[in-house]
Amino acid sequence: MSDAPKTAVAAPSRAAMKKELPEHFKAYMHVWVMVELERGHVHPVSWELMGEARKLADKLGVEVGAAVVGAPGAGTREAAAESFAYGADVVYLVENPILAEYRNESYTRTLTELVNVYKPEILLLGATNLGRDLAGSVATTLLTGLTADCTELAVDADKSLAATRPTFGGSLLCTIYTLNFRPQMATVRPRVMAMPERQEGRVGRVVEHVIDLKEESIITKVLSFLPDRSSQKSNLAYADVVVAGGLGLQGGGNLQLVRALANVLGGEWGCSRPCVQKGWAPAERQIGQTGKTIRPKLYIAAGISGAIQHRVGVEGADLIVAINTDKNAPILDIAHLAVATDAIRFLPALTEAFRARISPHANDRLAG
Amino acid sequence: MVERFDCIVVGAGMAGNAAAYTLARKGLSVLQLERGEYAGSKNVQGAIMYADMLEKIIPDFRDDAPLERHLIEQRFWMMNEHSHTGMHYRSDAFNEARPNRYTIIRSQFDKWFSRKVREAGVLLLTETTALELLFDAYGACVGVRTDREDGVVHADVVVLAEGVNGLLGTRAGLRPPPQPETVALAVKEMHFLPQETIEARFNIRGDEGVVIEAVGTISKGMTGMGFIYTNRECLSVGMGCLVSDFAKTGETPYGLLEKFKAHPSIKPLLEGSEVKEYSAHLIPEGGFKAVPQLCGDGWVVVGDAAQLNNAVHREGSNLAMTSGRIAAEAIFQVKSRKEKMTKANLKRYPDAMDASFVMKDLRKLKDMPALLHTNSRNFFLTYPELVSRAMENYLRVDGTPKREKESATIKAFRKTRGIGGLVTDAVRLARAWR
Amino acid sequence: MHFVVCIKQVPDSAQIRVHPVTNTIMRQGVPTIINPYDLFSLESAMRLRDQHGGEVTVLTMGPPSAEDALRKALTFGADRAVLLTDRFFAGSDTLATSFALAQAIRKISEAWGAPDIVFAGKQTIDGDTAQVGPGIARRLDLNQLTYISKIVGVDLAAGAIKLERRAEGGTQVLSSALPCLVTMLEGSAEIRRGSFADALRAARAEIVTWSAADAGITDLLKCGLRGSPTVVKRVFAPSPRAEKAAQIEIKPRSRDTADALIDALFDAKPAMAAELERLAAGV
Repeated sequence: MSDAPKTAVAAPSRAAMKKELPEHFKAYMHVWVMVELERGHVHPVSWELMGEARKLADKLGVEVGAAVVGAPGAGTREAAAESFAYGADVVYLVENPILAEYRNESYTRTLTELVNVYKPEILLLGATNLGRDLAGSVATTLLTGLTADCTELAVDADKSLAATRPTFGGSLLCTIYTLNFRPQMATVRPRVMAMPERQEGRVGRVVEHVIDLKEESIITKVLSFLPDRSSQKSNLAYADVVVAGGLGLQGGGNLQLVRALANVLGGEWGCSRPCVQKGWAPAERQIGQTGKTIRPKLYIAAGISGAIQHRVGVEGADLIVAINTDKNAPILDIAHLAVATDAIRFLPALTEAFRARISPHANDRLAG
Repeated sequence: MVERFDCIVVGAGMAGNAAAYTLARKGLSVLQLERGEYAGSKNVQGAIMYADMLEKIIPDFRDDAPLERHLIEQRFWMMNEHSHTGMHYRSDAFNEARPNRYTIIRSQFDKWFSRKVREAGVLLLTETTALELLFDAYGACVGVRTDREDGVVHADVVVLAEGVNGLLGTRAGLRPPPQPETVALAVKEMHFLPQETIEARFNIRGDEGVVIEAVGTISKGMTGMGFIYTNRECLSVGMGCLVSDFAKTGETPYGLLEKFKAHPSIKPLLEGSEVKEYSAHLIPEGGFKAVPQLCGDGWVVVGDAAQLNNAVHREGSNLAMTSGRIAAEAIFQVKSRKEKMTKANLKRYPDAMDASFVMKDLRKLKDMPALLHTNSRNFFLTYPELVSRAMENYLRVDGTPKREKESATIKAFRKTRGIGGLVTDAVRLARAWR
Repeated sequence: MHFVVCIKQVPDSAQIRVHPVTNTIMRQGVPTIINPYDLFSLESAMRLRDQHGGEVTVLTMGPPSAEDALRKALTFGADRAVLLTDRFFAGSDTLATSFALAQAIRKISEAWGAPDIVFAGKQTIDGDTAQVGPGIARRLDLNQLTYISKIVGVDLAAGAIKLERRAEGGTQVLSSALPCLVTMLEGSAEIRRGSFADALRAARAEIVTWSAADAGITDLLKCGLRGSPTVVKRVFAPSPRAEKAAQIEIKPRSRDTADALIDALFDAKPAMAAELERLAAGV
């Protein structure tokens, strides 16, 4: 890799490069978060987004709105209260038994109606299966712009939302705007934004909105829900210690060295995208922009070069250690400590060294 | 219902494309099978493309073929650890309307060539490997079996353009598998640099190009060669040695390449470059003596699969495409006379090859591979050291009288190789060259 | 039954190789491939076709070279391929793309019958937005079912489909009426290897090529740059941090280097030692 960072500027030739907001959009105000409530549980990404929304709203001098939608008595009131605790000023509450299970049609109808009535200028959703399923159909219904998997959200002087995300290939970032359409929509993956402080006892306004939904007009029926067995879950996204391996390990078999170290540290293990593409590990172990974003206290990357799409998935870690023979690998731009040695030889030594330091008398967990 | 074509061409490299194109243009139905994901995905070359031979197949290729630079300068270097002694030839005459040699990037060139082939009417199946040749009761080849379901297909003649490793021909016993002494393993990297930097470093403008070919201690006594070719925005840098030598010495191709790149004469040329591609390939080195039987009942073999590579002059792709063209022309002659594709009738192909530069050149150099190989330490270690010392001696002005310097040099040569050795080497080299 | 599968030709970012000496990733000029997620949808469509009879039409919007992706799709066993290509589509974001593809699907319906299911890939490896599928569904007023892990079955007579969809913490078992739009999860159905006959047919096939006008798209303001509400204003390399990572000195014995690393680690984060002990003892 050459030393100087390439700063390429795309030649913008779009006609609508300037902000010329049509009159009817000027009334759109406030920053909204779609609160992802399913089976009584709010996905934490909603609160991470609430924190972001708070920052954006403060800059714009507007309010933070939370769209809370679900069946009555299925956690909607609790979700509303929590929304205030995490920074919302207003909760737009829609309770309807037809919203009990997530279905694209009912939720799209509800959210677009809320938008059309209350007119937010910015609408944020978590980039989860639900959020992505919903965001695309809402954006198309509203014929507005949607930027997916943003790693950074900011507001320009002209009050436009600047949504930054990695471009294809992962070596560059790009900032995308929806200048002349409202609401400006964006999705953000879980753990990309930090969890904000929860303010117990904070209150706000609740706007109850009644929606007319007819079950007969909704084509999708939820026949049942099969919960995952808890053993299937990997806690990678929320682990405090993560060890990950990349192509530098030269073979899927060597990922067991990563697992061994993770075991000794009481943490989780993961890998870079190319490893998943090569079939060395299942997709849920993928760390990076299109895999899991992690915010551990300690992240050890073994044999990972650190393409942008990986780096944005781990930047939030408190301490990053990179084991990589290439002293110019991009991962060193975000790592705090580095060891320029072959990971395959070093990992076992590191595992033993940690074992001696932190649990010299404890029994090891069974290898995962 | 088994599909039937006039010809099946196995392989979409230089030889295969040349054959398929020529056959299709002459109106034959052609099925081309390529095991790679796309035509060119399995091909690796320096690469230098020889216009004369391509002109005979696609006369106006310059209109749209992706060509990097046309070559105006050639540097031959003999290197030891710290120096190189070179002979350069640079001529403005090479800046002609229809230049004679170009550097190309195979992945792009092959894509273009394959497009031409398909436009000519060839049906190309990629990701399809021919597993075995099919023969009738009389031992004549009647088609191939591929690795796709129900993958049997018949043809009057099969053109084996399957490359140096070609398993189809060896499996069918049509030729022996390549021996380690007759193949070289070469590795290559693409080093990306801004166009202006390449032009400044190599003293070229516009589309002019330079080739550096180097022998010497860089191959650690093994028969081998290193090279740098200038492309528009990158340099192709590579090294190759005989497989048998690698096996004997335990050296690795990329180890040699790293040393080559670190050489004080080479390193400055690559300074600041971004390495973006790394590839390796086998190159036939056996020369004339390794060329197998070129045709049989219902089959012909062309290109690297037939060891048609002139390692001394580093010419391979032109021999490949010429053999493909000539084989296609022979097949057409048989077909248009409504004859059967027997070995006797297809003999037009080897006969035409004998009359062409291909076999004439290979025949001329038939003893060179053996000579270089058995004497590799002399040619690739001893002489480069001697030459380097002689040159340094000559150029270092240190008050030593010239006559003394000259005697020292002559003495060094005599002492190291002996008069007998020197004469023998000279004679052998001259003989092998002629 | 008629199935329309939307695919996209993308650069193959997976063709990353590791340099054997420096162990660095080689990021070279990459060839194009069919977006891998699309293949799961294509296979699912073909399986349904094999089961119930009918045809699979593959559709893509792209430059003329996208024909390669379509031919590859035919090699896998699709029956028909349509290329929507026009300079007016250049610069389309996902909204403009779904507009054009939806219109092309209407045209396909006119020519070869309305599709029972429109399949799209879960997301592309170059855009990653997962927006085009939902966009098409909305514009064609098709019921939208994404993140489908399994198509349980189709009841032709009832015009219904039963599927399993991945949600947070579990799987929804859903039923829907046909027609609908479906995006399949990776791993749901491995793409088959086309037979020799499929490969030959693909090599011989005439790819139906439509310009915007051929597809009946008259409102060019909804296409390309002008039809895209999002605009990329800046492309940049992330500014490198001022201080690079501190390199731990390599000692002859790996174990010594490891200890040096752990020392530096605990130096930088004194609380880490206790934290790790807690975690290690935790389970």
